[in-house]
Amino acid sequence: MKSLYFCLENYTDIIVGIMEMKTIVSEINGTVRVGLDLLQNNVDFAFASDLMSDVLTVEKEDILLITGLANLQTIRTAEMADIRYIIFARGKNIDGQIVQLASENNMVIITTPYSVFRVSGILYQLGIQPVF
Amino acid sequence: MELKYKIQGGNFNRAGYASSEVKKVLKQLNVDPKIIKRIVVALYEGEVNIVAHAFNGLATVTIDAEKIKIVLKDSGPGIPDVEKAMELGFTTASPAVREMGFGAGMGLPNMKKNSDFMEILSTVNVGTEVVLMNYFSK
Ligand SMILES: Nc1ncnc2c1ncn2[C@@H]1O[C@H](COP(=O)(O)OP(=O)(O)OP(=O)(O)O)[C@@H](O)[C@H]1O
Ligand SMILES: [Mg+2]
Repeated sequence: MKSLYFCLENYTDIIVGIMEMKTIVSEINGTVRVGLDLLQNNVDFAFASDLMSDVLTVEKEDILLITGLANLQTIRTAEMADIRYIIFARGKNIDGQIVQLASENNMVIITTPYSVFRVSGILYQLGIQPVF
Repeated sequence: MELKYKIQGGNFNRAGYASSEVKKVLKQLNVDPKIIKRIVVALYEGEVNIVAHAFNGLATVTIDAEKIKIVLKDSGPGIPDVEKAMELGFTTASPAVREMGFGAGMGLPNMKKNSDFMEILSTVNVGTEVVLMNYFSK
């Protein structure tokens, strides 16, 4: 997977990318709170929203969610929408209930000091595709 | 198979419990994951609506070989104009509900989109009953 990453860096006109979660974590200065054993998994699409009503309308599964809303309903929403990768922006406090529900559902939870805007910008530049 | 889940109005911490349990059952029954997603998204929207807008409710889930039927019945304020409530963007959600990431008026239209059959019966000051049906194969 590493070779693909370098390939994307060298050919900036390539707009379609698949990225290992591990790479994403380091690019956004992230901390893995749940799912350390799942960082080899790849992600190719992402969606950013604080509105769970909106997340629930996304038909594509296995996407990465970037959000500033850190409560139990974020995890529940992801569970129903088959989303397993979540980035909580701006150093949101992740309580024990969130950690437990997320690990029960085999999710990867990452926190980052960066904003939703900055995380989205970085991942977009790396070739992660938007859902809409 | 019949399953019943109580839903407590106002308790956002519990919202999603019924959907989560139903998802596990459907997975065990080897239902197509894409159809499971449609079913549990619709059910979850319904659960959140009871939590956000009603006092308390009951989800009754009936599963047979070809379909799932979900009846969400609550006691609550009811919906005065169901047609209007079904419009994308119509909401009466409180600021507290919006803070939880909901209240965009997208839930009922999304339930319609994700079910094969949907019916709403509501009486003001009594409560609301939403019936959802999905077939396991298309
Ligand atoms: N069980 C219910 N009891 C009373 N009113 C309801 C119920 N379900 C829906 N409503 C009414 O219908 C409106 C629209 O519901 P809908 O689910 O589409 O949007 P919402 O719940 O307001 O926001 P969102 O679903 O996007 O979080 C609600 O704002 C509320 O006025
Ligand atoms: Mg709703």
